[in-house]
Amino acid sequence: MAVTDSLSRAATVLATVLLLSFGSVAASHIEDQAEQFFRSGHTNNWAVLVCTSRFWFNYRHVANTLSVYRSVKRLGIPDSHIVLMLADDMACNPRNPKPATVFSHKNMELNVYGDDVEVDYRSYEVTVENFLRVLTGRIPPSTPRSKRLLSDDRSNILIYMTGHGGNGFLKFQDSEEITNIELADAFEQMWQKRRYNELLFIIDTCQGASMYERFYSPNIMALASSQVGEDSLSHQPDPAIGVHLMDRYTFYVLEFLEEINPASQTNMNDLFQVCPKSLCVSTPGHRTDLFQRDPKNVLITDFFGSVRKVEITTETIKLQQDSEIMESSFKCFFELSFSKQVILTIGLPSYFCYKEDQMDEKLMEPLKYAEQLPVAQIIHQKPKLKDWHPPGGFILGLWALIIMVFFKTYGIKHMKFIF
Amino acid sequence: MAAAGAAATHLEVARGKRAALFFAAVAIVLGLPLWWKTTETYRASLPYSQISGLNALQLRLMVPVTVVFTRESVPLDDQEKLPFTVVHEREIPLKYKMKIKCRFQKAYRRALDHEEEALSSGSVQEAEAMLDEPQEQAEGSLTVYVISEHSSLLPQDMMSYIGPKRTAVVRGIMHREAFNIIGRRIVQVAQAMSLTEDVLAAALADHLPEDKWSAEKRRPLKSSLGYEITFSLLNPDPKSHDVYWDIEGAVRRYVQPFLNALGAAGNFSVDSQILYYAMLGVNPRFDSASSSYYLDMHSLPHVINPVESRLGSSAASLYPVLNFLLYVPELAHSPLYIQDKDGAPVATNAFHSPRWGGIMVYNVDSKTYNASVLPVRVEVDMVRVMEVFLAQLLFGIAQPQLPPKCLLSGPTSEGLMTWELDRLLWARSVENLATATTTLTSLAQLLGKISNIVIKDDVASEVYKAVAAVQKSAEELASGHLASAFVASQEAVTSSELAFFDPSLLHLLYFPDDQKFAIYIPLFLPMAVPILLSLVKIFLETRKSWRKPEKTD
Repeated sequence: MAVTDSLSRAATVLATVLLLSFGSVAASHIEDQAEQFFRSGHTNNWAVLVCTSRFWFNYRHVANTLSVYRSVKRLGIPDSHIVLMLADDMACNPRNPKPATVFSHKNMELNVYGDDVEVDYRSYEVTVENFLRVLTGRIPPSTPRSKRLLSDDRSNILIYMTGHGGNGFLKFQDSEEITNIELADAFEQMWQKRRYNELLFIIDTCQGASMYERFYSPNIMALASSQVGEDSLSHQPDPAIGVHLMDRYTFYVLEFLEEINPASQTNMNDLFQVCPKSLCVSTPGHRTDLFQRDPKNVLITDFFGSVRKVEITTETIKLQQDSEIMESSFKCFFELSFSKQVILTIGLPSYFCYKEDQMDEKLMEPLKYAEQLPVAQIIHQKPKLKDWHPPGGFILGLWALIIMVFFKTYGIKHMKFIF
Repeated sequence: MAAAGAAATHLEVARGKRAALFFAAVAIVLGLPLWWKTTETYRASLPYSQISGLNALQLRLMVPVTVVFTRESVPLDDQEKLPFTVVHEREIPLKYKMKIKCRFQKAYRRALDHEEEALSSGSVQEAEAMLDEPQEQAEGSLTVYVISEHSSLLPQDMMSYIGPKRTAVVRGIMHREAFNIIGRRIVQVAQAMSLTEDVLAAALADHLPEDKWSAEKRRPLKSSLGYEITFSLLNPDPKSHDVYWDIEGAVRRYVQPFLNALGAAGNFSVDSQILYYAMLGVNPRFDSASSSYYLDMHSLPHVINPVESRLGSSAASLYPVLNFLLYVPELAHSPLYIQDKDGAPVATNAFHSPRWGGIMVYNVDSKTYNASVLPVRVEVDMVRVMEVFLAQLLFGIAQPQLPPKCLLSGPTSEGLMTWELDRLLWARSVENLATATTTLTSLAQLLGKISNIVIKDDVASEVYKAVAAVQKSAEELASGHLASAFVASQEAVTSSELAFFDPSLLHLLYFPDDQKFAIYIPLFLPMAVPILLSLVKIFLETRKSWRKPEKTD
């Protein structure tokens, strides 16, 4: 009895010890896995920015796309990794009172057309077929490199589309449409060939949420400016130019992005909060069920910026000075341990570095447009109060009611006696 | 009269019925199949079963090793057993759908006289010089010489030696289990020279699931048919520095031999350029202690992007580009050092980004500024620069893991040992096969999922070529012919990519099913309604006429 008792005690002690060690191993393993889940694992960034509408009154769609282009370039994605498709030329449009500019804020304070815009697909080249060819990579061999999406399985791609849309489709050039099924199939083809690591899809059109309903490939996160049945509204007209300059959703996204610098730690949850219903009138939506990581671990710069993994070179190869035949010794090369890995951790105390960076940028921009105010100041100006008019439908309804009651009371046969 | 009229109408009615029946017959028998055939998407036949068979492909990588025993290396009775062949096969445990087995086929034999003589010379280098075979050994094969335990060919504490040209020397042992022990040592050495688990894992890194291998292993260059290497000199301050670099001579002397050695692995092309007024995107900070400027580690990733847009790499070619930049800092920011995470300046003053290239900062010697008028002429020391650039270039090739107590020789005139090239070819062959298989499988899956994709005949022929090339490559790998296996694997990748990315494969646009109905109903419904109604009427009448005789009878 005592023997079995002590045996059972020993067994329980052993069991607890085993469990604890197992638990700690499992915990560290889970921590390891969690650590890997937090990191995105991408090595390069691409952006495909598409504006699908033409005609002068769709100025705001071009301004939307160019604003996103500007932010993405500022945060580090180079032109060689951006495919910019603009369906019409607003800057050189004969109706533009300020040629060679595209403004995105009233009073002409922020020119997003700049000096170094590189439009890859312009005007009539922006078609559904070309867009799908860019995405799937099935491009004729004569296409230049700047018009190709040369992403690989370690690329994070940002796709931004704007224009006029409806329930399940997006209108291109006023003559054709792309349906949400085609878009989902195109993404599936990209996934099959591993042309992306993660994809962020942003759409600013009416009923934009219908465009991401049909996605079924993994690693896609989608944002839209309005739900099915809602319209996306434009922000404000400019009296000098005569058209609406931006759409509301992209306006507030631009405001949000202006506060991001290449080292920020802001995550996707903040982007989801941009433009609530009170400001946007429509309800922005997002879809994250296909995405493997938690949105709060996804940095904005994972998609909008382009930060590279960098290692210090610590070894060299010995070359002989000036003879034709090289005599090298690899001993140091192989026996030493290799270059110390630089694990990229952003956000450590390098604030001064970035302050100077921003100052540098600020110095460069006002050279061209000296009267421009900094963007942060522009965006936070309060909108002017308009005069209040009673809604028109109300008055008509009221009069209709009065007349109906009058004739019901007195009868229609009295008409000829009254009038 | 009435009877004749009735007979006439009856004839007409009968004729009408026959006409309606013929209409219906033509429409259904001829029309429907014709319409179906002419509106289906054209799909040339593809070998779907073979493609799904590729997924279950068992890759057997054979390394033929010739083991040569000298006289005192093993006990006499073991020597009597020579020559014979031992096979050591091992499965590589990777979480990949393709099973990979590594097979070392060791052919044991006795040493010939001239080999005995060579192996009893004073040092390994002499022995190698004497053993240099007139013809080159086939790619992928190895020769291992077993010397006696107390031989002075190797330094005393070293058990093995790996030479530059696919040869190795291993110490023997006088023991009962001599062959087993020596066999294990030989396998270790052979693995270091050809294939280890992490070489294959690095090659397949893009196809393996995340959790097994960490992100750091993904350093090697992605396999591609060719690479474009660009050397750029960035001079942000031409007013102060007149920089001159002899890049053509340096490439000819130092880089070209490397590239010639690597020629079997792909097409390498080299170009160079000089950029003026190209700044780094980051402002360096001033360190008063050393009165110099420095860039610390955290700002290095932000340096590359602003510069990359100026490099013009997109205009060069469709191959992946490796950029090597030499930056001469401006006078206001000289001298400029790169600091590592401990705050110490890096000796090479360079850093690199995997799969992109590297940047080196070249500080102008302060002595050149004395008493000279700006701009100062700067002659770049190409040797120092090329040492760093070549090291960065070779980081793209995986590094060996040596067995313990192993001596490594100095490299050959090409700078790259022959078995290192072999190792690269093994890794690339496996990677190419994995890529080609994935491409073909995903093409087959896509065709199953999206029914609107057209497959033309030339695309089908590319698919057949790709499948045949994959199978040929697997066969060649199994029989140990590395060179032809690599060529076949490259063919497989090219053909499969051509087939997958053919522009004609864009699926037909605007053809969702509800639109198909909308197109065909206005065409077919007006025609079908009279035919169907008349058929129904005929059927009802015949049924009535069958029943009527029964009733009256």
